[in-house]
Amino acid sequence: MNLPPIAPHNPWMATATRKRRHVLDLDDFAEQEILDVLDAAVSMKEILGRSVPQVPILRGKTMANIFYEESTRTRLSFELAARTLSASVMNMTAKGSSVEKGESLIDTIRTIQALGADIIVMRHGESGAPYLAAQHFKGSIINAGDGRHAHPSQALLDLFTIREHLGQLKDLHVVIAGDVLHSRVARSDIWGMLRCGMRVTLCAPSTLIGDMQMWKASHPGLRISYDLDALLPHTDVLMGLRLQKERMQAGLLPALREYSTYFGISAERLDHLPKHAIVMHPGPMNEGVEIMPEAADSPRSVIETQVTNGVAIRMALLYRLSGETQA
Amino acid sequence: MKTLITNGIIIDPDTRQMGVGSVLVENGSITARFDGQLPADASVRTAPGTTVIDASHKLISPGLIDLHVHLREPGEEHKETIATGTRAAAAGGFTVVACMPNTRPAIDSVATIQHITNAAARANNAEVLPIAAATVGRSGKELSPMRELVEAGAIGFSDDGTPVSDPAVMRNVFEYIKMLGVPYFGHCEDMVLSKGWGMHEGAVSNRLGLPGYPSAAEEVGIARDIALAELTNSRLHVCHVSTAGGVALIRAAKERGVKVSGEACPHHIVLSDRWVLGWLDEQANAENEPGISLNATTRPPYDTSTRVSPPLRSEADAEAVLQGLLDGTLDFVATDHAPHSRVDKEVEYRLAMAGITGIETALASMLMLVNRGQMNLIDLIVKMTDEPAKFLGRGSTALRVGARADITVIDPQMVWTVEAEKLFSKGKNTPLLGQKMRGKAVLTMYKGHITHHE
Amino acid sequence: MNERQIMTSDEVRRAIARIAHEIGERNGGVTEVVLVGIYRRGIPLAKRIAAAIQSIEHKTVPVGALDITLYRDDLEIRGPSTHIQHTNIPGDITGKIVVLVDDVLFTGRTIRAALDALTDLGRPERIQLAVLVDRGHRELPIRADFVGKNVPTASSEDVAVRLNEIDGGDDAVMIMRGAV
Repeated sequence: MNLPPIAPHNPWMATATRKRRHVLDLDDFAEQEILDVLDAAVSMKEILGRSVPQVPILRGKTMANIFYEESTRTRLSFELAARTLSASVMNMTAKGSSVEKGESLIDTIRTIQALGADIIVMRHGESGAPYLAAQHFKGSIINAGDGRHAHPSQALLDLFTIREHLGQLKDLHVVIAGDVLHSRVARSDIWGMLRCGMRVTLCAPSTLIGDMQMWKASHPGLRISYDLDALLPHTDVLMGLRLQKERMQAGLLPALREYSTYFGISAERLDHLPKHAIVMHPGPMNEGVEIMPEAADSPRSVIETQVTNGVAIRMALLYRLSGETQA
Repeated sequence: MKTLITNGIIIDPDTRQMGVGSVLVENGSITARFDGQLPADASVRTAPGTTVIDASHKLISPGLIDLHVHLREPGEEHKETIATGTRAAAAGGFTVVACMPNTRPAIDSVATIQHITNAAARANNAEVLPIAAATVGRSGKELSPMRELVEAGAIGFSDDGTPVSDPAVMRNVFEYIKMLGVPYFGHCEDMVLSKGWGMHEGAVSNRLGLPGYPSAAEEVGIARDIALAELTNSRLHVCHVSTAGGVALIRAAKERGVKVSGEACPHHIVLSDRWVLGWLDEQANAENEPGISLNATTRPPYDTSTRVSPPLRSEADAEAVLQGLLDGTLDFVATDHAPHSRVDKEVEYRLAMAGITGIETALASMLMLVNRGQMNLIDLIVKMTDEPAKFLGRGSTALRVGARADITVIDPQMVWTVEAEKLFSKGKNTPLLGQKMRGKAVLTMYKGHITHHE
Repeated sequence: MNERQIMTSDEVRRAIARIAHEIGERNGGVTEVVLVGIYRRGIPLAKRIAAAIQSIEHKTVPVGALDITLYRDDLEIRGPSTHIQHTNIPGDITGKIVVLVDDVLFTGRTIRAALDALTDLGRPERIQLAVLVDRGHRELPIRADFVGKNVPTASSEDVAVRLNEIDGGDDAVMIMRGAV
């Protein structure tokens, strides 16, 4: 497979002699680095299973959650990860803070820095906002979702969950069904999955796919399909993406019924998957829209495991960004 | 007081000739011209009160004209003033600029025109030609007092920054300006199609997750305004054409005899949407050979200095805009110099004000095309002097005896770095910061006095 | 760089046998004993000691593996490790006699981290320490209960333990001089 090189001019990514500075997307992760994170997360998951699930390694470090969009699940996941590694946690949500009074992102970042944060975990509605923050913060930024751009920790936990259940990544076929165009999860998943040698098919109405030329041109493993039923027998991982009702109002889709008929993940559709195949969803789910309750609760579903694994992955990332230099 | 500029290569845009010569400037006009090498002992050199400026190995061009700049005064003097904007123009080699009316208030009254004219006269860095608002307050509803404005000095009308969205109002603007003999400068955009845009819609916007401004949003706007100009037999000038489809629409309209013209901005030719990727662009050129190539990988991704309206488009669009300029579909080069302050730009990408400051880098950007063999030097100078002059209804800018002494001396070999501190404009919002360029205006003379010299 | 051998593979084998004996003697049998090897060379050593105990006492002693990466105190100096190994302790260690096993005892910081890690994993009745080589230069009040060989070293020297399971070839302990 002819993968594009990783941006060789990016000063923030890991090299042989330099620790990774920020985690903003998976597009600057080499396969080995992804696998290193997944391996570390296996050890982290062991800690989470202990009766005293805490290790001292990040004692004295401070992680700040800055969430411009509310996301209880991701915020709590990072918070638990930080506490398990003995870091202190600051939480700032945009609501009721200086942000509502018009403070700029850069000023907020500087304030958080002055309060002593070493790592900022940031969720923002605007694509690219973490890149702006990264330019003005001396520590590390972890992108916990920016606009429709990227959500690297989610993609890593998806890879972790797939490997955990299917024992490998290479050559597996993932079908991502749903609103790819507006999905930060899909974007990061595509990078990570292709980088790890998986085949990815995006399956959604054409209005929800967008221009994939850049990826398709350099990623022979990427396909687009409008026929979910035809894909099912060749699918190892079926991943649903949240479909927001606003898409209908924006005229991108006809009735919900039509979407569910052709692209919804239903119990009947699961019957056509190979025996070993698993069903994933980054959450929060719109049950009855992109995924039916019976499918979400089926034995194939690993959706709850994804949540647990998220903590382990985030521990691995927090550890990876800490300390001065690469050992 | 006489100034003698000696032994440069004089470029005459009307005859398309280049040759070594010298010009003598006196009382704001050219009073003598000497073709061929001026001997060291020529008596004109030593005449009392004569300053001699050696232009050997440099180009002597008529002063450059830029019919699309934003001077921000009145109302946003923290971004630019008429004094700083025209000083920047002089540094870029320009002696005439036309300023857009999206000021605060908009240029929709005689008083505002007079303010601009007075401020320009005080600064005395360049001739400033006001383009007035087509509608009151650029609100797209009522027509501005256009006849009064023309009599006060407006050279045309525009709601630049936005289109006149209501097609019926637009039609009336076209009908009304016909009586005045001035053009409408169209910012052509279908604001419904481009709603919420972050950058050009395409592969890069999809990768970066930024909402797109499709080429079609611009082309629908251009097509509509061409249809209305055709309907009313009135003059449409399409500003900042950025798409291949837009160039094609103008080309076809010109062939039908529609009174349409177009301009090309340097950033839409030498940059592309890949610049928004910054160092994430795996395929980007990482060489900055001055005068030949730019290095797009020195900037972080989502750098808001790349956000401009219309946006940086695909490389194919950039190529089509250049072709349009070469084949005459697009009549001249204009910079759309759009200064912004740091607070306007140091924000999330989509929330950043759109605009690139280009007046000090335009010449070097365009000379890059000459160096690469994509354009010849005479064509470039014509597109930056005589073509805009012709658009204004003026005669040739050629440096002949009796002409106004607007002169730009260009060192085509000078290598320089675009640095924020060294830009005269208050706006430092250009993706070219840090790039090494080749070619610069080293002396600019407006009405016989030196406005820039290095 | 010059190196000097201080233990041969025979000496290593005898040291392990002696430690196995001492563990049984000290604890009046091995019923409650759990051997926990510290990653990396502590793990094969723990397994060898368990095998030696098996042949002496005819009892199987559980062997665990402990990675102390996340208990280190030098993150700011050495930065994060690329690889974190899996900690795997057989059963509950509460009430047991845990014998930590490592190859070289030097500053004592690794053992300090291991003690913290064990405390998080349960409350052993007792924790003891077995090392193949004690080279001195302690920075913490820690001592080993079972030592294969005491070797006086200079702090500029490096002690390298080579074990067949990890390094291939014959077991050996070397002192390296001017390594850094």
